[in-house]
Amino acid sequence: MLTYIIRRLLYSCVVLVLASFLVFFFVTASGDPLASLATAPNVSDQSIQNIVDRKHLDDSIFKRYGYWVQDVVTNQFGTTLLGDRPILPDLWRVMKNTLQLVIAAELLAILLAVFIGVYSALRQYSGFDYSMTSFSFLGLATPVFWLALMLQVGVVQIYEATGHRVFPVANLSSVDAGSGLSFALDRAHHLVLPVLVLMVANLATYTRYMRAAMLEVVNSDYVRTARAKGVAERRVTMKHAFRNALIPLVTLVAINFGALLGGAVVTETVFSLDGMGLYFVNALFSNDPYPVMAWLMITATMIILFNLVADIAYGLLDPRVRYD
Amino acid sequence: MTERQPSAEIPPQDREEVRLDSGIVTPHGSPAVAVPEQPLDTGLELPAATEQLALAYGAGITPKARSQWSYARIRFFRHRLAVISLFVLLAIGFVALFASRVAPYGFDELDLENITASPTTKDQHYFGTDLLGRDYLSRVIFGLRTSLWVALFVALLSTAIGTTIGAIAGYFGGVVDNLLMRFTDLILTLPTLAVLLTASAFFGSGDPLRVGVILALIFWTPLARIVRGVFLSLREKEYVEAAKASGASDIRIIARHMLPNTLGPLIVNATLLVAGAILVEAALSFLGFGIQPPNPALGKLIADGQGEGFNLWWLVTFPGLTIVVIALSINFIGDGLRDALDPTQRRVSG
Repeated sequence: MLTYIIRRLLYSCVVLVLASFLVFFFVTASGDPLASLATAPNVSDQSIQNIVDRKHLDDSIFKRYGYWVQDVVTNQFGTTLLGDRPILPDLWRVMKNTLQLVIAAELLAILLAVFIGVYSALRQYSGFDYSMTSFSFLGLATPVFWLALMLQVGVVQIYEATGHRVFPVANLSSVDAGSGLSFALDRAHHLVLPVLVLMVANLATYTRYMRAAMLEVVNSDYVRTARAKGVAERRVTMKHAFRNALIPLVTLVAINFGALLGGAVVTETVFSLDGMGLYFVNALFSNDPYPVMAWLMITATMIILFNLVADIAYGLLDPRVRYD
Repeated sequence: MTERQPSAEIPPQDREEVRLDSGIVTPHGSPAVAVPEQPLDTGLELPAATEQLALAYGAGITPKARSQWSYARIRFFRHRLAVISLFVLLAIGFVALFASRVAPYGFDELDLENITASPTTKDQHYFGTDLLGRDYLSRVIFGLRTSLWVALFVALLSTAIGTTIGAIAGYFGGVVDNLLMRFTDLILTLPTLAVLLTASAFFGSGDPLRVGVILALIFWTPLARIVRGVFLSLREKEYVEAAKASGASDIRIIARHMLPNTLGPLIVNATLLVAGAILVEAALSFLGFGIQPPNPALGKLIADGQGEGFNLWWLVTFPGLTIVVIALSINFIGDGLRDALDPTQRRVSG
């Protein structure tokens, strides 16, 4: 097991380095991030030249990659191209915000999916099962950003009709949020709609997974054996079937969670939440390769780590799986 | 069941007699009575024992040999939701194809007398109009054309890339397989939407063809894994060995002998890819990294609608609903195809 983990980690490092060079090459080779500065009034040639000198933009791509790696190791991912702003403190800030959103949404989605999936599987082809299956089909066909927008439309329509603001439709906090408990409540109030959207976005997939896994387990031989030897039905479903049906969901959630730490790009953009996703989109809009690179590296690392976590969890939970 | 085996209706003790009397030779020696397409007109009175067989004739039931594809077709048409979805999608495709004839207004046509009209039958503004009096039904219809075109293009191109890479990796194995699959893993490691956004932001976007190519360059990876898996198991089969022994070239073995066996998963995957591509393209265009004006696209229409404020709710609602209907139809069709093309399912009834 330990050798397996070490081998995976070593291999992942190679992948990361390769990927970083590829992305760096593509991102820096295309377009001139200073083009907009050159045509802007009030920006002297000297200040543009300063940026070029500071970031070694005149050097070859390999040298620049070298400087970038040096920045990553010694200078915490360096600074942005425009404004010379340190990248890592910003990333930590948005990461904390994203964590609040993602953890809340994932927890809700998992709880609901487990309940719906198990219940649908135990009552296969019942009215509940059919309506939940239709719901997940609908969920898979609905664009996340549109769902978010429709919720905002709904809130605005309610406001127009009654003059009552049910939920905030943007930002993480009010301007006068205060501190302590009132801050936390205000934050929770702001997160209701984004969490709802992100939850629905994952719920459909999780439910289908859970239902399929539970169906497979319920119809397996060892469950029939358990019934045949007289184990109580409740004990059969909870202890024999349910625990094993959870295994696929655990791995799926782990993988998905790693990807979501890169921010729910769409949700954060629609609700203007100061998270990883919005940070990334803004970095792309400013055509700045350095924050883009830093974001991609951190996100890719998270994905790799959580994929590994998923595989390890699978090995621990399912004794049939062996890594060597 | 009765459709395929009329003999099951005949009491066992009478079976032999039926065969003798009707004088029909069963081609494969199957227990089922092979009944010709047309009842033989022998001009003779049928003996009493064959009455039930005659009944089967009378009901117009003629068992016949079916190919894998006709089984698949029959199973698909039994899937009611898939068939309905197919018709819905065909209708939408038809509208998209003849957009300029169907749409009541042009894409950028202004109707200054009906600015910000909510959905109404007046002047055919069924989806309402925006601040400039542009008819949103017409804009959705033109946007539909671009979005569907991009999605089909993505599905075809990524299927082609995925199949080629998967087939080569699975067929040759060894170093080639290792290299190609590590490359696939590398792409899968990176977050999809982020890669797409980065690619669009730095390589320029706006043009539907470019957006399609960028999407296809990411979307082929799952298919490559599927095809590789099938090929790995197929290349050990006797008929592949036989083809090799008789001197067929690698390309011929891949294309003629092995590829047809992956068609099932291939078709299902390509279908579902269309839905995935529509959703992702819409998200990209919405974020401003996908298709851009003057090219119409559904995601961009939603972004425009959002920009004009939430009081004009119809500008956001209808383009989004259109996407939902398309994606839902395609997913149902994919579901029906998956059931239909599953070779382990031989049953037609039920």
